[in-house]
Amino acid sequence: MGLLYGLIAVGLALIFGLMDVVNFAHGEFLMIAMYASFFLFAFFAIDPLLSAPLVAAALFVFGAVVYLLVVRFAMRAKANAGMVQIFSTFGLAIVMRGLAQFFFTPDYRSIPQSWLGGKTISVAGIFLPEPQLIGALVSIAAFACLYFFIHRTDFGRALEATREDPGAVALVGIDKNRVFALGWGLGAALVGLAGAIMAVFFYIYPDVGASFALIAYVTVALGGFGSVFGAFAGGIIVGLVEAVTALVLPPSLKSVGIYAVYLLVVFIRPRGLFGSM
Amino acid sequence: MDKTFAARRRRDLIIAAVLAALAALAPLLIKDVYVQNILILTLMYAALSQSWNILSGYCGQISLGHALYFGIGAYTTELLFTKFGVLPWFGMLAGGVIAAVIAMGLGYPFFRLRGHYFVIATIVIAEIGLLLFQNWEWAGAAMGITIPVRGDSWLKFQFMRSKLPYFYFALALCSLAWFVTWWLEDSKWGFWWRAVKDNPEAAESLGVVVFNSKMGAAAVSAFLVAVGGAFYAQFLAYIDPESVMGFQFSLLMALPAVLGGIGTLWGPVLGAAILIPMTELTRSYIGGSGRGVDLIVYGALIVLISLALPQGLVSLFSRTKAKGATR
Amino acid sequence: MTALLETRGVWQRFGGLVANSDVSISVGRGEIVGLIGPNGAGKSTLFNLIAGVLPPTQGSIWFDGEDVTNMPAAERCQRGVGRTFQVVKSFETMTVIDNVIVGALVRNTVMREARRKAHEVLEFTGLAARAEVLASDLVPAEKRRLEVARALATEPKLLLLDEVLTGLTPTEAQTGVALVRKVRDAGITVLMVEHVMEIVMPLVDRAIVLDLGKVLVEGNPTEVVRDPKVISAYLGDRHAVGA
Repeated sequence: MGLLYGLIAVGLALIFGLMDVVNFAHGEFLMIAMYASFFLFAFFAIDPLLSAPLVAAALFVFGAVVYLLVVRFAMRAKANAGMVQIFSTFGLAIVMRGLAQFFFTPDYRSIPQSWLGGKTISVAGIFLPEPQLIGALVSIAAFACLYFFIHRTDFGRALEATREDPGAVALVGIDKNRVFALGWGLGAALVGLAGAIMAVFFYIYPDVGASFALIAYVTVALGGFGSVFGAFAGGIIVGLVEAVTALVLPPSLKSVGIYAVYLLVVFIRPRGLFGSM
Repeated sequence: MDKTFAARRRRDLIIAAVLAALAALAPLLIKDVYVQNILILTLMYAALSQSWNILSGYCGQISLGHALYFGIGAYTTELLFTKFGVLPWFGMLAGGVIAAVIAMGLGYPFFRLRGHYFVIATIVIAEIGLLLFQNWEWAGAAMGITIPVRGDSWLKFQFMRSKLPYFYFALALCSLAWFVTWWLEDSKWGFWWRAVKDNPEAAESLGVVVFNSKMGAAAVSAFLVAVGGAFYAQFLAYIDPESVMGFQFSLLMALPAVLGGIGTLWGPVLGAAILIPMTELTRSYIGGSGRGVDLIVYGALIVLISLALPQGLVSLFSRTKAKGATR
Repeated sequence: MTALLETRGVWQRFGGLVANSDVSISVGRGEIVGLIGPNGAGKSTLFNLIAGVLPPTQGSIWFDGEDVTNMPAAERCQRGVGRTFQVVKSFETMTVIDNVIVGALVRNTVMREARRKAHEVLEFTGLAARAEVLASDLVPAEKRRLEVARALATEPKLLLLDEVLTGLTPTEAQTGVALVRKVRDAGITVLMVEHVMEIVMPLVDRAIVLDLGKVLVEGNPTEVVRDPKVISAYLGDRHAVGA
């Protein structure tokens, strides 16, 4: 689970941290991704594992469009920039939930059987549920690609530079909107990947995003804004803490552990574990 | 210069008094219980948002965890009433005081945090509160508390036959929250808060003890919100953790102020007057289908308003005023 | 008579970097003292130590006969230390008069008096006509003046000016110089940090030159500018050709 949280959080971290924009609709991105993989399965019988890249691609487009249609304008606000971002993306989240209810109905859906469902694999005598394992592997791979992407490619550097000083970047001929739209697309694509995998073992319903969104924020903040690695590490910590809390406390209190760890970490390190901002 | 300033403050006070008087007369014309209900909620959210605005608008410490104080007000009142027979009026005060004390206790570690880290911490602490109440057997856990009906009485602040007493209390609370804001705006605290919001370091160099300022704002804000929570509990006559401490309350306190104009005297009232009826009406007229159209409309409006008027609806008024002044 | 401000053997280290080493200076009542030196000489650090932004690693700071070494900035302000910031830090969403009222509230608890005091200070600093303007709408030179006005409203005994004259046009700088004189004539001691010497030298009674975190030379301005150590310190710094 931790690795999946990590993946959701990395997508968020990319948007949140690297571009310094708050996205309160992140959970809804996840919801859309889960529905996408559900319908691909239901209508075309494409297994979520195979459709994951498709979903990620679709979300990439979606993220970029959201940036161009809404966020671009929110970032232009001179006054109360933070609040404008929070509430415009929050409004967007409500719209998306509404649309999901409208088109998909509020029913709970799940993907009955995929290639992976229910199978377990035995590693050195420990039984691991297969979907989780695959999810973990995909997450690690995606994270490695992203890390490489941010730190080793021109685009990654452009992204960073654009956040630092959009004016200067414009002078060297980089279009801020294009860079950020790509950044949003990429962030959304990662969530798409996570959503496709999670569709296998979670119920899908219009409000599903909300239950993961807060944990995603906590994960990003725990790792520290502006750090992709931090988000990934945060994800692993959150997953571990959740597992430990589940052993000690009743299930209804399992999130308390995560929240408490977050508070503890920021009280000691007000910028998260690896934060630079 | 001083004269215009004093005149502006006097004018605000007069407008508020006139509005409150008009509102007090409204029930003479509006007999429909459904509409009265909307009015009560509007006044309540105006009051809550006004209180939220003190900490988050004036002092700049954006809290999305005020549901915690709302819930504490509601639970303190009802636990005292159902378990110990303490009248809701005292429970309301006790809830306010407890919330203020908790707000200050949390302030010690919280006010060291900045920006997103602070906002997320406030959300998280309210979630922890919610989860704890959901698991607290003595306080009814997730089932909540049903307030026993003892007949209409001001003493017990309980009315079954008519909503009007609730209406007048909500109006009084809203007026109180407005007046407190008005009064604090031109006080040492008001100036300190705005200074802290704009630039804590400069404020410190001018003798403002930043930490104490934040603590003061948090205490006032939490107290008033808890009183609102106590009112809401009496009004519903039933509470459970999700219905008084859910995240949606934190948002519903912040939204009117943001839409109306954050950190302004009139923003929360204006925002609530538009937002709350809009929420209720979309829910009841187009929400009936259960297909989420109300959510689409509501969400789209929030997006549009926040993008089009980043400084809130109040800026429409002040812009025309500024033009008038230069002419 | 004791000095108004004294630093005794002050050190400040940031990790391995030594920003101030064994700095002992004193400022007498009624003086205008210039604190100058090339970039990276430790002027700003010393300035922040005196203002109370952070405590020194070692050494003590005395103000008005009292040890204020570990006293936070807000409390020092109440004792009579006023300051401006090198990078202006106005309260941008507040009007000019409201900015100044924040300062005036240190010694006036009644709002009406604080407001009156603030108006007085605006008259004094020549900002009265801009009282109702938002601080964010001021031009840079006015913002500098607002910084001074805000600090003056706290009725300081010692005013710390951090490069208030740098980056101004010659006319603006002349107005600035006149204002500093006026402040001194009102009985307020001034310690000013400046990077470019020629602006401050005619103005100050005494100059203290810092270089590499240490006091290099101290004395009356005409002697200081001729001192070979000062000249080489400045010439060694490519950015300051001023001296």
